[in-house]
Amino acid sequence: MNKPFQTPIVLLGARLLSPYIMLFGWYVIIHGHYSPGGGFQGGALLAASILLIRVAGGRRVAQLQIKEFATTPLAVVGVSIYFAAGLVAVAMGGYFLDYGMLPIPGMDPAWLRYTGILIIEVGIGLAVMAILVMIYDNMVRGEDYG
Amino acid sequence: MKIFKILILVLFAAVLIYAASDLPYRGDPDNLMHAEQSITDTRVMGSYFIQNAYRDARTPNMVTVVLGDYRSIDTFGEQIVIYTAGLIALLVLRKTKRRRVV
Repeated sequence: MNKPFQTPIVLLGARLLSPYIMLFGWYVIIHGHYSPGGGFQGGALLAASILLIRVAGGRRVAQLQIKEFATTPLAVVGVSIYFAAGLVAVAMGGYFLDYGMLPIPGMDPAWLRYTGILIIEVGIGLAVMAILVMIYDNMVRGEDYG
Repeated sequence: MKIFKILILVLFAAVLIYAASDLPYRGDPDNLMHAEQSITDTRVMGSYFIQNAYRDARTPNMVTVVLGDYRSIDTFGEQIVIYTAGLIALLVLRKTKRRRVV
């Protein structure tokens, strides 16, 4: 293996880019109702912003952004958001994942479906981001510098 | 033998191009898949989605409505697939601290 090679310029560039990529990821998730996009694509962008810091800064710097043990619970939370949206609809007397029955007051069923799609897209985005970061963390454990 | 492989590939490409020449013109409103009734007198689901996606979910992007609302159980399955793939990667790649001494 090559000797570790660290330069502040790479880390500085990654630190400059990472917040904008993350913001664009959230934009792709939330604006998926009006433009191409959605949970999977936005989640991949969120993972890209996190992996950029992990590749550029090494393991110790990356712990400042998202800790390593936090990725698996985040994936579970993402899947649970989706599943809970379906189960709440069942509990309110509808079918599984029938967002028209979600208990949000003051909305007619069409706008409830709009909100339900937004909720599950956020769940998908969180799960995809956490899974991609988790796979990377487990692949490089003990192999990188820092 | 290499000639034989190339011949098979060219033949296969010719078959595909011949089949593709019979496809309907993209975007033609008279296509069978855009009709209200199919040739067996059942309702075509695609035309229902196109006509009613905005009315049902108030979302201009009908792909999002199909993915998130009409086919949400399919999307849930996709998410489960990704989650399972992550868990398998965790199980395969994780380094445990215990080392068995031979």
